[in-house]
Parts: sequence; C-alpha cells; structure tokens
Amino acid sequence: MEFAELIKTPRVDGVVLHRPFMPTVEGTLCLTGHHLILSSRQDNTEELWLLHSNIDSIEKRFVGSLGSIIVKCKDLRVIQLDIPGMEECLNIASSIEALSTLDSVSLMYPFFYRPMFEVIEDGWNSFLPKDAFKDLESMTDEWRLSEVNKDFSVCPSYPPLVAVPKDVDDDTLRKAATFRHSGRFPVLSYYHKKNGMVMMRAGQPLTGTNGRRCKEDEKLINATLRPGKRGYIIDTRTINVAQQAKARGGGFESEANYPQWRRIHKAIERSNVLQESLIKLVEACNDQSHSMDRWLSKLEASSWQTHVKEILTTACLAAQCIDREGASVLVHGTEGTDSTLQVTSLAQIILDPACRTIRGFQGLVEREWLQAGHPFRQRCAQSAYSNSKPRQEAPVFLLFLDCVWQILRQFPCSFEFSESFLVLLFEHAYASQFGTFLGNRTAERAKLSLPEKTVSLWSWVNRPQELERLSNPLFEANSLVIWPSVAPQSLLLWEGVFLRWNRSSRCLDEAYEEMVHIIEYNKELQNKVNSLRRQLAQLETEDPLLQTP
Amino acid sequence: MDLLIRLPSYIQKSFVEQVRLLDRFSNKSTNGTLYLTATHLIFVESSTNNSTSAGQEIWILHHHIASVEKLSLTTTGCPLVIQCRNFRVVHFVVQRERDCHDIYSSLLRLLRPVSYEELYAFSYNPKQNDQQREEGWQLIDLGAEFERMGVPCDQWQLTDVNRDYKVCETYPRDLYVPITASKPIIVGSSKFRSKGRFPVLTYFYQEKKAAVCRCSQPLSGFSARCLEDESMLQAISKANHNSRFVYVMDTRPKLNALANRAAGKGYENEDNYSNIRFQFVGIENIHVMRTSLQKLLEVIGTRSLSVSDYLVGLESSGWLRHIKAVVDAAIFLTKAVTVEGASVLVHCSDGWDRTAQVCSLGSLLMDPYYRTIKGFMVLIEKDWISFGHKFADRCDQLDGDPKEVSPIFTQFLECVWQLTEQFPQAFEFSEWFLLQIHEHIHSCQYGNFLGNNQRQREELQLRERTHSLWAFLMSERQNYLNPFYSPAYSEAHPVLVPSTLPYNFKFWRNMYHQFDRSMHPRQSILKTILTLRENSRKAESTLQALESPKQHGFVLSGARHTTRQSNVISGKIGATLQLALESCEYFSFERQLGKCEKMRGAHVRHTAPLEENGLAGGANLRRVQVCSGP
Repeated sequence: MEFAELIKTPRVDGVVLHRPFMPTVEGTLCLTGHHLILSSRQDNTEELWLLHSNIDSIEKRFVGSLGSIIVKCKDLRVIQLDIPGMEECLNIASSIEALSTLDSVSLMYPFFYRPMFEVIEDGWNSFLPKDAFKDLESMTDEWRLSEVNKDFSVCPSYPPLVAVPKDVDDDTLRKAATFRHSGRFPVLSYYHKKNGMVMMRAGQPLTGTNGRRCKEDEKLINATLRPGKRGYIIDTRTINVAQQAKARGGGFESEANYPQWRRIHKAIERSNVLQESLIKLVEACNDQSHSMDRWLSKLEASSWQTHVKEILTTACLAAQCIDREGASVLVHGTEGTDSTLQVTSLAQIILDPACRTIRGFQGLVEREWLQAGHPFRQRCAQSAYSNSKPRQEAPVFLLFLDCVWQILRQFPCSFEFSESFLVLLFEHAYASQFGTFLGNRTAERAKLSLPEKTVSLWSWVNRPQELERLSNPLFEANSLVIWPSVAPQSLLLWEGVFLRWNRSSRCLDEAYEEMVHIIEYNKELQNKVNSLRRQLAQLETEDPLLQTP
Repeated sequence: MDLLIRLPSYIQKSFVEQVRLLDRFSNKSTNGTLYLTATHLIFVESSTNNSTSAGQEIWILHHHIASVEKLSLTTTGCPLVIQCRNFRVVHFVVQRERDCHDIYSSLLRLLRPVSYEELYAFSYNPKQNDQQREEGWQLIDLGAEFERMGVPCDQWQLTDVNRDYKVCETYPRDLYVPITASKPIIVGSSKFRSKGRFPVLTYFYQEKKAAVCRCSQPLSGFSARCLEDESMLQAISKANHNSRFVYVMDTRPKLNALANRAAGKGYENEDNYSNIRFQFVGIENIHVMRTSLQKLLEVIGTRSLSVSDYLVGLESSGWLRHIKAVVDAAIFLTKAVTVEGASVLVHCSDGWDRTAQVCSLGSLLMDPYYRTIKGFMVLIEKDWISFGHKFADRCDQLDGDPKEVSPIFTQFLECVWQLTEQFPQAFEFSEWFLLQIHEHIHSCQYGNFLGNNQRQREELQLRERTHSLWAFLMSERQNYLNPFYSPAYSEAHPVLVPSTLPYNFKFWRNMYHQFDRSMHPRQSILKTILTLRENSRKAESTLQALESPKQHGFVLSGARHTTRQSNVISGKIGATLQLALESCEYFSFERQLGKCEKMRGAHVRHTAPLEENGLAGGANLRRVQVCSGP
C-alpha cells in the first residue's frame, strides 16, 4: 500500500487536542491513509476522525520539545494538536501534509470507503437526465432529449443527454456548439409551468473582434420564443468585461443578429476574486480582537456580502423576466460553468416550489451543478486557509449555498430542508467519503467509474433518519414564487458556516430544540383533537338526538 | 367622518384627496386621501376596483413626527417628507401646492407642543374608570422591588432625606443608603456632586451582599475634595464585607472627564478616597450618540444602497461601536459584582444617561427577574423613570433644545435586543415588547415617560390625569411572550455572560426599518411559533375538559370509545364537545392579536397582497405593522 510510505509515524501517545468551545482531549493520535484519528480510548469521550482531504493547511510551532500542529480545515474549523517530542511532531506534520495534498483522484477516500449503512436507494440513479425529462414531457411537447453529446464529443462538460427545442436537429446543435465557449451550446435549464416560459444556459458566443455570427445558434435560441415574443439574454458579466472577451475570441450576442432578444449585463465576480473574498472573510471572522470598526471594515473589505447581493439580484432578475414579464431567458457568462449556474439554480429556487424540497434540491444540485459541468474538483481543491497560490479555486458553490441560506432565512417556512442540509453540502463539496462531488464533469466521472466504485452522497441522505435530521420543522408547502429582499440590511452573515467554530452555539441549539418541541407537541395535540372531532362526527350520525340541539 | 371632530382652529385643512404615497425604496406608489385630525395624520389608500381587500391605512401620531419637510414643486405635485421618531419615513406628493402648504403649516404647529397639557396622554381615554386607572398605576411598586432584593437590611436603609425633593430634585423621594451614612454625610456628599445626585443604591446582589450604586460626577475640579463624600464611599465599601474595596466606574471616556475638571467637575482622585478602584469605561456622550444615530439613519435611508456603502456607513456611524461599549460596561459591572463580590459605584456626568444604561443593563445580566415582562417594567421604572432620565428632553416631547435630544433609551433597548439574540431562552419577552415600549416613549399617549423626573410628574398629576403604559402592556402580555423562554434556563444561568466579539452585534432591522416592509423576512418564525403555542394551549384545555370523567360521568377518549357507549351520550354532552372543539379553532389567536393591536391604538395596515409589492412575494403570512392610533 503506497500510503504507508507517506506515513512516517503512524502513532503517537499523549497528544492533546484543543478545539474551540470544547474540553481538551488527551489521547493517542493515529494516522491512516485517509484519516487523522485521535482517541482517548475512554468509552464516553468522542473520537476525532478527520479526513486528510479536509485539511487545507497546517502550521507547526515549537516550545521546547513540545510541538504543536495547528490544523486548518476546509470546513473552516481550526484545531490544535500538542505532540510531545520534536521528531514525532515533525513526522506527523510532514505526513499530514503529504496525505492531504495527494494529486491522484483515484487515491481519494471515496474509492476506499465502504458504507456502514443500508443503501435504500442508489443515489447514482436517483437523478438521471432521462427521468427529469419525463417530468418535462408531462408539461410540454416542445422539447426533446438529444443524444448529440453521447460520447462527450460535442461538449466535453455536458452530460450525454440534454434537452433542446424539438424543432432543432442534432446537426444544428453541433454547429451551434462550435460557436459557443467550450462547445456549451444553449440547453434547457428550467421550464416554468405557469406560463410555459423557459430558462436556458450556455457558454459565451465566440463572436470575436470581427463579429462572427452563427445562423444555427440564432435558430436554436429563437426556436424557444413564442411568435411575436421577445426574450432576455442575461450576461453575468459587465459590458466592459464582455467587450474585452472579444479580444480572446469570446463576446456577446449583438442586437443586429439577435433582434428578438434584449441583452442585460450584470456584474457577478468570478474565480480569483471570489477566492480572495472568501479568504478575507474567514480571516475577519477569526479575528478575535474587540474592535467593532475593525470588524466592520474587514467585513466590508472582504466584499463577500456584495457578491451574495449581486448573485441574488441577478437571479431575481432572471426569475422576474420569466414570471412577471412572461419572457424566456438565456443566461451565460464566459464559460457558463460558474456564475451562470449560480443564476439559473437560484432562479429555480425562487420560482419552483419543487426545488425547495429536500429531494428537489438534490435534483437541482445534480442538474444545475454536477451534470451541468461545474468543475468541483478544481473549484473546491483548496479553501480559505490554503497557503498555495490559488489556481482554479473559487467558492462559487459556497456562494450559491449562502444565497439559498439568505432566501431560507427570509422564508423560514417555505423550505423542506433546514440550514444543516446546506452546511452538509458545503462540507461534502470540499471533502467527503462519497463520490458525488469528485471530478469536474460527467465525462470525467464516467471515466473514473464513480457510480460503480464509490457511494453517492444521495444514498446517504435519502434514508429516513438522515432526512429527518435535515428537515425543517417549520416547513409548510408554499406553492408561490418567493421573492427575497436583496437590500444590504436584509442580507446576513451566514453564521452557521463562517462563525460555526468561533462561538458556542449551545444557546441557539437549545432554543432550536425548544422550537422543535413546541411544533411536535402541537402536532400531537391537534391529532388528538382531530380524533375527537371524528368521534363527534360519528356520534352525530349515530345519535339522532344530536341532530336537533 | 367621525375622525374629524374637535379640530383645533389652527388646522387649516382637514383632508386632501388625490395624494400619492411613494415607497421609500422602490418606485412604487399608492394613491389615497390624507386626513388631519387633532391627534393623527392619516393616509387612507383609495380602494382599487380590482382588489377586494381594503386599502392600506397609515396612522401617524403627531407626537411621533420628528420633522416635516416640504420639497420644491415637481411636475406631479408638491412633495412632503415626514420623518418619525419611531423611524417611519413617509413621502407624500400632494397635487396642489396650496393644499400641501396647508398640511405642512398645520403639522408644524401640531408637532411642537409647548405645554404638557397639549400632549396626547391628557386627552387619551381608553374607557377605563378611575379605579382601574388607579390600579394601573399601582402595578409597579418600587418599595416592593427593593424588598425583593433584600433591602432594607442590616447594611442598607431607606432614608427620608429626599422626602420633599430638598436634597436632590431629580431623584425620587425614597432612596436607599448604607446604614452608616448619616444625614450630614448625605447632605455634604450631595453638595459635592453634580445636580446634588449623591451615591445611592440601585441594585443589591443578595448572594454576595454587593451593591450597585449610582451618582453623578464629583465637583472635584483640579484639587477639591469633600470629606463627607469620601465618608459616603467609605460607608458603601463598609456595607460589603466580601470586598475590601469598591469599584468606581466612570462611564465616560477619560478625555471627557478630564475636560470636565476645568469646569469644576471631574472624577474621583484615588488618593483621596480610601479603598476605591477607579475605572473609566469610555461611553460617549449624548451629542455623539445623537449624531451617530443620525448618520446611521441617513445611510440606511439611501435608495439602492450597496453592501459596501452600507457596511462603511454602519462603521462610520459608530452606532454598533457605541452599543458594544454599553454592553462591555455592563459586563464589567456584572463581573465585579457577581464574580468578585465587590460593590460598584457608577457615574457619568449627571448620572442620568450612561449611568442609567450601565446600571440597568448590568442588573439585567445579573438578575433573571429583570428578564421577565414584569421585571423589565420594574427595571425601567427604577433605573430610568424614578432616577430621572430626562425622557421629556431626550425624546423631544415638548418644543425644546434640540441639543438635549438623544437616543439613550433607544440604545438601552437595543442592547437588550442584542442580548436576546445571544440568549434566545433567557428572556420572557420578545422583540415586540421592546418595540412597543419604544413606540410609547415618544407617543406621549401614557403618562409614564412624560416629564424629566418624579417631582415634575407629581406636579403634572400624571397619576390622576393620565393612564399607565405598564397596565396596558400587562393586559396584553401574551402578545409579547417569547415562546422560547425557559425559566429553567434562567435558574441554571442566573448570570448571563454575553460575548462582545464584534460579530455578535447586529443591525436591528426590526427597529430601524420597522415600517419598511420590503426589508423584512416574509415569514416570521416568532409569529408562527406563537400561533402554534396558543393553539396547543387551547387544544390542551379542550382535551382536559373532554377527558375529565367528573364532568361527563365517563371517559371519552381515543380508541376506548365504542359504538355502544356513544349511544348513551346525551345531546347536551355532544354540544359541549362541539363547543370545546370550536374554541380551539386554528388561528383564533391570530384574530385576537389583530384585535389587541386595534385596542392599543394600533392598526393593521398593509392589506394589499404581498405580491403587489416590489420584490415581495409568495409568503402567505401577512406582516402586521404597528403604530399608535386612537
């Protein structure tokens, strides 16, 4: 086993673990191929099991012969291990460093993990495109499922099956794909049942500096418009950024070639800017100084909330075009794998009550993120504590989850899931025993045989006990469109993620339990009353005396 | 319209039609009619044909209006902007300039009452008889409160030195001092303290026999000293056997205290007082606080505000920094008393602003009683009303010096709110209680907060001529309950130890954007849970009534019930069952809430469906907004 070479010291006794707001634990530290384990070997104390892939960076400190390793995790937790003996400490540190930065995907834990629970439903088969299309077929016959990409040759980052307008043939799709960034030709993202309007997504058109056009692309997107109707193109970049993209062969749809479409530019930031923002935000949240001014200015300087507002605003705009204006919408940025997906998925949260259920939300993450080709492996390789220079890392998915949380806070009764589901998705996107978030696109996942070799996160989630834990006790189905407020005063810092390890949540947890108790108690009583009501009804039919009071 | 009776002669125009109300943060507007009554300005939305619901109504009490501004004429009409002390801002456009001017000048006259008799409290009549009113005023008894703390005791006694307000006219009549503080010491000390506000007891921590005392700054100048004042502090120190020293907390920034020395005032010199530990805690003065709130309101009132400008504005306003400073000071006080068992003397300049904030917030942290609805009323009555926080001046009740106006009490309420956010189970009351109290410090609808001190209140005969807010709030106590409150939690954590790391302090949207509906969550957890709680309570009593064998002669419950048994049930019992079931009907509590709000002079306003309003949407919960009305 090749991991053994990397583990210089597999075991150290007398290690002390410090975690914020928890008692320190002294015990034995063990390193395995995928875990850092600390156990006091006493029955009643909790063991620490930390995935190496969850470790973002480590720091070493020495005081005499006592060494300390500060472990900073991708889920933003920071722990400290005091290790007696300089050599042991150095060995452990270098082992952790090596194990947490393995390059090969096939060495990742999901390939070694065997489920300790009964799989009721294999999550790899829960959200197949052809099943999603069946739902669509029940609402409209204007769309078809194309196999044009079945060998991933037309668009490497698309799934083998995509929904496109019925009247557009595969040849047209192939030609349109050559005109879009990374071959990401316009495909269906969402069908609004209420008025039959649709949302599509794509990569930027490759107009270049000389204004290239593509009849097939125009035909493809015009095919989604009703006669005499206009549609909206939402470009997630500012007009300047979109202009500059022309020099690199990209561009945007000109009015002349797309007369039936109105283009709107928004300003969602991308890649490095977002990663910087996350690093700054987490740094601000971990600053234990007591100055209010410093906190507020650091929070401002991080720009995190600005990104949240920008993304939500754009999603509201897309939803508004569809629901209020009765128009179809095409969303794209540059590649169409980041800000585009934030907008299309959030717009669905706003518009479609089905996306606000636990299962519906899983389906949304599958469709609009995993199958749509958001490069999870690149984006989530490092988190806020990484010392290495960011390459492709960006908290695009985390920002999406934050936006969902903002809407959840504003409509606390309209979601079937609670905040803990969002936190769970954040954790597993960065480090997981499940194969769901491995790889960058469907093609890569197929090549790695993930469905055969790993367990799906959805297999774990879709079990009664887990569903119960993730559900929102306040949920009452709300079939309406939910419009969030995007005013800065209405947006909050997501404490459940960013302050999770910096404060004791005991008081809040206890209050939450009390809330659950109140809800359950009320349910129980109402059931009793209802059963009495039934008895009364029964009495009335049986006893004629009651009919004449 | 019966609203238009008793119009004073200076009201030039009683109503104007075709007035447009602009939304503060969007481009929406509604049309309606503006009515001016002796007490309120009322906007009634014209009913639209396609809507079945009644148009919204906005009731604005004249006392709530902080400023009226007439902007220059536009093509659509003459804009009139009204800012209220409860943070409502309304923007009307009146078609004819003449009408606008009439409303404007009437309001200008109305919102500057010059004598107390003009205030709403003297005409407000909730249809109670004299006895009920009298009982209302007796609800809070400070003598009983000191008894609850264990005072008088072997170390502390009631003194009659201020019976006739002779020693200090801004203090109450009944004061508690150390047993060893003789009258000459008290009188001597009072002469050495600003406005005669000598050290007196405000809270007694029985467990450690430690006292929280309050006073104003000493008139020490650069070198003056006063033996009686020194003896007074000595007496406070001696009254506590647990500690050899007494803390003196000067709640001002050191620089301010130093500057005061030049005016013959200042702070205690540790060399002259034996056994004191002197400490500055740096809360800014009323002028800084007033400016800070103004800045905050300016920032959050900006249309299309960016996140960056919001956070920069929040920071530069300093508002949360000031809130944190007050909480920090209260924590210092609490630690000194509960952990060290030391007595603490708190003062600022006059001892009626920062001192009131710190003493009351500290007591709230130490004593679970003050975290109940009744206890919170007692706390406000004690540390704010009776010890002479100048409500009339600070809340601008009469046309007075604008430099005296300051949101000191608002800050206190906000500090309490920040604590409720950290300790959701520790408080018997919810945010709605705090908001309602805030509403009424400005409404002048009840007598409690009128005037600047007890002596003035007696002269105004408020107990005879006005009603008490506390009795009213108590009567609808259930609206203010915090469903998460746990007395067991308070028993386990009698002393609260909040964290004051900056991220624990949040912007209080429900206070400063109370009336900006589009800013708020569309569904309220608090309201949902309160409704469930009330439903449960009703269901409980129904079930109890139904299952009581004594009442019906047999057990009627669940599956044990058989057809044979049911045949012997008489029609009468069946009817009882029916009645009981009806009484636990869903949402009857909601109805009741609505009714209570009407009764306390509040109106349910926004009746238009949510989807009509900008980005507001889906939710089926209607947010009820509250302002004072008749």
